[in-house]
Amino acid sequence: MDLHFGDSKPTDEERAAVDALLGPPESSWEGADRSDADLRWARGGREARDRRDLLLPGLHAINDRIGWISDGALDYLCRRLTVPPAEAYGVATFYAMFSVKPRPATVLQVCTDLACAAAGAPELCAGIEARLGLGSGVTVERSPCLGLCERAPAVLAVKAGDPVRTAVSAPATVERAVLAASAPDSAPEEPPAALAVPQAGQDGLMLLQRVGVVDPASLDDYRAHGGYTALRRAFELGPAGVIREVTDSGLVGRGGAAFPTGRKWQATASQPDRPHYLVCNADESEPGTFKDRVLMEGDPYALVEAMTIAAYATGAHRGYLYLRGEYPRALRRLEHAIAQARARGLLGDDVLGQGYAFDIEIRRGAGAYICGEETALFNSIEGYRGEPRSKPPFPVEKGLFGKPTVENNVETLVNVLPILTMGAPAYAAIGTQRSTGPKLFCVSGSVERPGVYELPFGATLGELLTLAGASEGLRAVLLGGAAGGFVRADELDIPLTFEGTREAGTTLGSGVVMAFDDSVPLPRLLLRIAEFFRDESCGQCVPCRVGTVRQEEALHRIVERAGADAAGDITLLREVGRAMRDASICGLGQTAWNAVESAIDRLGAYE
Amino acid sequence: MTVTPLGIPRRLLEFTLDGEPVRAPEGSTILDACRAAGKDVPTLCEGDTLRPKNACRVCVVEVEGARTLVPACSRKAEAGMEVRTDTERARHSRKIVLELLASSVDLSTTPKVAAWLKEYEAKPDRFGPDAARLNEEPKVDNDLYVRDYDKCILCYKCVDACGDQWQNTFAISVAGRGFDARIAVEHDAPLTDSACVYCGNCIEVCPTGALSFKSEFDMRAAGTWEESRQTETTTVCAYCGVGCNLTLHVQDNEIVKVTSPHDNPVTHGNLCIKGRFGYQHVQNRD
Ligand code: SF4
Ligand code: SF4
Ligand code: SF4
Ligand code: FES
Ligand code: FES
Repeated sequence: MDLHFGDSKPTDEERAAVDALLGPPESSWEGADRSDADLRWARGGREARDRRDLLLPGLHAINDRIGWISDGALDYLCRRLTVPPAEAYGVATFYAMFSVKPRPATVLQVCTDLACAAAGAPELCAGIEARLGLGSGVTVERSPCLGLCERAPAVLAVKAGDPVRTAVSAPATVERAVLAASAPDSAPEEPPAALAVPQAGQDGLMLLQRVGVVDPASLDDYRAHGGYTALRRAFELGPAGVIREVTDSGLVGRGGAAFPTGRKWQATASQPDRPHYLVCNADESEPGTFKDRVLMEGDPYALVEAMTIAAYATGAHRGYLYLRGEYPRALRRLEHAIAQARARGLLGDDVLGQGYAFDIEIRRGAGAYICGEETALFNSIEGYRGEPRSKPPFPVEKGLFGKPTVENNVETLVNVLPILTMGAPAYAAIGTQRSTGPKLFCVSGSVERPGVYELPFGATLGELLTLAGASEGLRAVLLGGAAGGFVRADELDIPLTFEGTREAGTTLGSGVVMAFDDSVPLPRLLLRIAEFFRDESCGQCVPCRVGTVRQEEALHRIVERAGADAAGDITLLREVGRAMRDASICGLGQTAWNAVESAIDRLGAYE
Repeated sequence: MTVTPLGIPRRLLEFTLDGEPVRAPEGSTILDACRAAGKDVPTLCEGDTLRPKNACRVCVVEVEGARTLVPACSRKAEAGMEVRTDTERARHSRKIVLELLASSVDLSTTPKVAAWLKEYEAKPDRFGPDAARLNEEPKVDNDLYVRDYDKCILCYKCVDACGDQWQNTFAISVAGRGFDARIAVEHDAPLTDSACVYCGNCIEVCPTGALSFKSEFDMRAAGTWEESRQTETTTVCAYCGVGCNLTLHVQDNEIVKVTSPHDNPVTHGNLCIKGRFGYQHVQNRD
C-alpha cells in the first residue's frame, strides 16, 4: 500500500507522547527529520505494520497527554505505525473516551446509568454543570455505568498531562465532583476495595477470600495467603491434567454465555496452528457490574496467577489483559502486580523455573461496551474498530491475530485457583449439579448493603437480597444487567443458577442484581436502557444500528402513556425487538430488547 | 474472451433447502446454493467480487438448530444442514430490516428495493414522521464523483474496495459508532484533501447510489438521467498496456459514466482514474 499523509504536523508535545510509547523514529520514513541517509535508503513499513496493535495504546498516549487527538498527532502516529490515516480516524472516533475535536484537558464523566440514576445522578449532573460551565476547563460528560454502582452516584475525572491524572468520587456530591475535576491529585483517596465486599473477611469465601485481607501491592503477602499454590499444582499436573481438572469441576464461563470452560480450553489447546493466545476479558461494562473491578483491585495477583495457569494449560505464551478504560485503580494495581511477578520469575521466560515462558500485556479499552464481546475485543486489541466479527470461525480456531485463542473473563479465571487447590471433585460438590462452584453477584440499587456477594450456586434471589438488605417497597429486580431481564418482587424464590433462572424464563447473565423500589419510575429506567444500547451499538448491522434507535423513539413516545394509548408502540417494539434478536450479528443487538420486553411482560409496565 | 479459472475440483456436499435435497460444492455459501436452485433471496451488502460483510441482514434464512437466523450470503453450506429460506421468521426479519433501512436512508436509487418493499409488505412510514434519518447533504467537493451519504446503508463495500480487497489505497473507512457511524476519509476532510486516488472503484461497488459520478448526479438533479435510453458498450481502455475492459454508458451520444465488467478475471471491475473518468477527450468534437 502507498499511504498518504496530510500536511498537518504534530506539536512537540504530541510527538513526545507518541515517541514515549514507540521510541524515537529511526528515519524520515517514520516521521523523523530527513537525514542524508534517508535520501539513499528507502525502507518499507513492513516492520511497523506488524505493530498495528499499538494503535490503541498510541491513541491513549496522545489523548492522555493532550486530552484530545489532533489531525497532526493522528497522522504522526499513523506514519510511525504504517496505518492508513482514514482507518486510524475510524478507530479514534469509535471510542467514547477519545475526542478528535479540541476540548479542555479535564473530562469529568458523570455516570447516569441505572444505579446512579436511581441515586440522583440527574440532579448531581445538573449541579455539576451549573458549577463547571463553559470556560471552567472541564468537559462534563454523561457516562454509561462506571462500574462503581455500589457507591452510586459516581464520577470519574481524567486530567490530561504527563502523567495523566485521574480521580474517582463515589458517592459523589457536587462539591466532591468539582474537587476531583479541578484537583485530581488532592482529591481524597478511594475507599479500599474491601468496602465493596460486605462479606469481607468472612470464613468460607473462595473467590473473595483475600479481598480486604491481603495487601494488594505485596506479592509476599499474596504468597503468605496461599498465592501461587495453584500454579505449582498446575505444573505438577501438566497442561492436560489442568484441563482435566477444569473440565471435571464443571466450571462454566461467568461472563454471561455460560460456556463450559474446560471444553473451551481443550479446543484451543488441541489446535495445531501456533502461536496460541490467552485473552482475559476485563472489559466489564455491563451496567450494574463491578465484581471484576473489586477482584482486580483487591486481589490482583490472583488474576495474574490464574492467567498463567490458563495459558500454561492451553499452550499460550502471551496473554492480553483487556481492561476497561474507566478503571484507573485496577490498572495501577495490575501494572504493579505484573511487574512484581516478572521481577520474581513468576512471569517471563522461565516461570517458576519450570522452563515455561509466559508474559502478560495490559491493553486499555477506551469506552466501548461492545468491546466486551469477545471478537470485538480482538479487533480492538489488533488496532481495528471494535466491531464484532461474524462467527464461525470461533476464537478457539481463529481468534486474536487470527490464531487459536482462549478468552475468559476475570471471574471465570479466578475460579481456576480453588479448582486446582481443592481439586475438581470438591469444587464440583459446591452449588448444584449443573451450576457448580461459587458465584459472585453485584448487588446495587435499592438495598442497604450494596456490593459484591459470593454465594454458592443455588441460593435464591431472596436469600441474596436478605443479605444485602432489600428496602421496603421493592418493586422489581433486574437480573443480568441491561442485557438481562426484570423479575417481580414476588419472584424471590428463583434459584440463582443458570438452569433455575432459565426455567423461570429469565437469565443470570453476568450476575447483576439491581433492586428497584417503587420510588423509581419504571418508564424512565426502560428509556435509559434503550438509550444505553442505542449509544453502544457498534453500528455494523442494520437490525441493531437502526432498531435500537426506533425502539428508543417508541419508548420516548410512551413514557407518559399506558394501556390502549401505548398499544401501537408496544406492537412496534415487539416486532422490531424480534428481528433484532433474530437477525443481529452479535449478542448486543440480540439481547438489547430483553430487559424492556421483560418489564412489559412481567412487570406490566405501560398497563 | 473471458477465461474463468477452474481451480481445484471441489467435493459436493448435500443438505436440504426448503425441504428439497440439494448438492453444492464445498465452500459455497447458502446464498450460492439458493441461487443455483433458482430461489430469490434479497441481498444488499453482498457483492460479486468482495467478501460480504454480512451487515445488512436482509438475506437471513433459518438454519435448523441455530439460535438466531443466519446470513445466507456468508454462511458456508455444511453437509446435513437444513435450511429454510421462506419461513415466517425469516420473512419477518427481512421485512423489519427493509423498514428500518427505508425509514432512515433514501433508497430511491437502490435497484430492486422497491420490489422487495412491496413483496414483504414493508411499511417504513409506521415509525412516524419524527423517526431519525441520516439527513446528510450530498458532499460535492470535486468534479469526478459525489458522496451522498443520505443514501448510504453502511454496507462497507466501498471500504473493502478501497482497502485490502481491491485498491489498497485505504482512503475511506467507517468513522463514529452506532447510528452516527458514517463513511469518511481521514479527519472527515473533503475528498480532495484525502488519500483518494479517484479510481472510482468504490462507485463501482456501491449498491445504493450513495457514491455516484458527478455526471450522473448532475443529470439526475436536472431530471435528464434516463437509464432506459442508455446503451452500454464494453471495449478496451486505450490508455496503457494493462488493457482493462471498460463499459461505456452512453445517453444521447454522450458518455455518461464508465463501469467495468466484474467477471473479468484480471481486473474484476477495477479501473484507474484514467479509464474510469478520463473519457472527455472521446467526446471532444472540436
Ligand atoms: S448487533 Fe449491534 S453491536 Fe452487534 S454487530 Fe450488530 S450493530 Fe454491532
Ligand atoms: S457509500 Fe455505498 S458502498 Fe459505501 S457503505 Fe455506503 S452504501 Fe455501501
Ligand atoms: S483503466 Fe487505468 S490501468 Fe486500466 S488500462 Fe486504463 S489506464 Fe491502464
Ligand atoms: S456506576 Fe453508575 S450505574 Fe454503575
Ligand atoms: S446480503 Fe447478506 S447480510 Fe447483507
